[in-house]
Amino acid sequence: MSLLELKDISKIYGGLHALDHVSLTVEKGEWIAIMGPSGSGKSTMMNIISCMDKPTSGQVIFDGKDITRESRKKLTEFHRDKIGLVFQQFHLVNYLNALENVMVAQYYHSMPDEKEALQALERVGLKDRAKHLPSQLSGGEQQRVCIARALINSPELILADEPTGNLDEANENIVLDIFRQLHKEGTSLVVVTHDPEVGEVAQRIVRLEHGKIVSDKRNDHFSDKEN
Amino acid sequence: MNKKHRMFVRMVTASLVRRRSRMIVALLAIMVGATILSGLGMIYYDVPRQMSAQFRSYGANIIFTPKDGHELFEEEIQKGISFFPQEELEGYTPYRYENSIYRDIPVTIAGTDLSSVLKTSPYWHISGELPKEQGSTLIGKKIAEKFGLAVGETISPVHSFEVTDDMDLSKIPDYEIITDPATGERFCDHVLDLKITGILETGGSEEEYLYVSIADLEDLTLNKRGYDIAEVSVASKQDVLKSYIGRINSETEGISAKLVKRVTASESTVLTKLESLVLIVTVVVLALTMICVATTMTAVIAERRKEIGLRKALGASNAGIIGEFLTEGMVLGGVGGILGSIFGYFFADLVSMNVFSSAITFRPLLIPITIIASVIVTGLSCLIPIRSAVEVDPALVLKGE
Repeated sequence: MSLLELKDISKIYGGLHALDHVSLTVEKGEWIAIMGPSGSGKSTMMNIISCMDKPTSGQVIFDGKDITRESRKKLTEFHRDKIGLVFQQFHLVNYLNALENVMVAQYYHSMPDEKEALQALERVGLKDRAKHLPSQLSGGEQQRVCIARALINSPELILADEPTGNLDEANENIVLDIFRQLHKEGTSLVVVTHDPEVGEVAQRIVRLEHGKIVSDKRNDHFSDKEN
Repeated sequence: MNKKHRMFVRMVTASLVRRRSRMIVALLAIMVGATILSGLGMIYYDVPRQMSAQFRSYGANIIFTPKDGHELFEEEIQKGISFFPQEELEGYTPYRYENSIYRDIPVTIAGTDLSSVLKTSPYWHISGELPKEQGSTLIGKKIAEKFGLAVGETISPVHSFEVTDDMDLSKIPDYEIITDPATGERFCDHVLDLKITGILETGGSEEEYLYVSIADLEDLTLNKRGYDIAEVSVASKQDVLKSYIGRINSETEGISAKLVKRVTASESTVLTKLESLVLIVTVVVLALTMICVATTMTAVIAERRKEIGLRKALGASNAGIIGEFLTEGMVLGGVGGILGSIFGYFFADLVSMNVFSSAITFRPLLIPITIIASVIVTGLSCLIPIRSAVEVDPALVLKGE
């Protein structure tokens, strides 16, 4: 069974078709890069996958369950339990330290656990920076905290929006290494990016233009072993 | 406290402590509001006391006179004043009046406790000084002008009295008893030389009297009797004074107590107007303060829209976010209320010292009232912008739109 199915999804803002009859299937454990230029509908697709927005028409099926017409509250619960978000701008709470930022996700999900949060930070190589505030961390470190926060509740899908958009090459490689590791462990990844280098390391590349999928192909260069 | 509650406390504390510069701005707004509320509250409650004290400079507001068939001695006066709370009693002065003749013109002599007279008549203006020894007197300005007397000179009033068998006339040198042939009543004159130590100027009828000590008056008249009147000065509002007077008149035998209406009526009118004025000012300032606090809290919350969006994206419910922000606001309100209570006291004291030249009375009850009001006002001020902020679409906020 697929993890996520978008069936004939359209999203219309005023007269603008941000997504135009898009269908996409994400298998469990799959790593997909959604690519396209600005205004192609990447962010709209990400919002719909993350349950933060509803399509104008079409169906969203997650883990076999149609969530298209669920209430806002149900969608919030669903998103909280199933999806981990990684943002381009990191979006850490600036007055909470790295550890607390990870624990916030636990707090809204179930029960905060400092030990588990510390393990999540260790997983992204930031155990020794746990007590640092975001302002004391580099951009790459902040993004790794953001990833640790996305991982902490063991989501079925990690959804990353331009995760390396604000990072230098060295930090980009660190983040991509973490994604590779997550993929090896069986986590499903959907990465929205316009950066070809980020797209090239994914298992599958979906290209969007003007709200439509113009190509959807497996990455010939992708290899678990190689990655 | 489970882990979830601990995390809640940790987040609220972190927000308050680590966002110091922002929180200080909000705290200042709340503290200024609480200071004004507490200060004006203290002034509002203290104005009657302060004004009553001020009005006491216009003279006594209660008089005791003996009831028919009774005499007013010190003992009776003490019973009367025991009805007033000690902190409200400014003082009392008894008076006994006797007639005398000086240079063939009638002069009224008032025997009194010269050490307490300024407590009930602080408006007296004395050129010279009050008599401190027996054989001296304070004379009214009109008497001084009438007889051309000055401080340091001597006045010798003559008192004529009916001689009774129990009188010891030996105190009067060369006394002469005159018997009325028609009635058989015997009379005697007694002259007392009194050194003038001061001249009294009030602009009122007090200038027509000659003031001596009770001992001198008893020497002159050779008799002891009760006082004619006692003036009492009490710092209380008119309705409270009326209740005291009612009790004195019903619970004591020999005293007839009355309000000096000329003083108490005008005092009551001024006090009522002043209280209304302070109340209006308090309400207006409080309303302005609420607007100021609400504006500050709105600004503080508006700049956290992104954080609210993030929390929603992490799965927070609207109620959960409102609870967190409201708790922060109420903690700030509580701290601002505590600080405001302290500063409010100093603010009220400063106003009181400048306006009334006396310290403010500290009212502990205003502390919890200020803190509770501060928490409620801040809570309400936060609630409106928070309710609006949680409606934001996290997708838009996190995209920076």
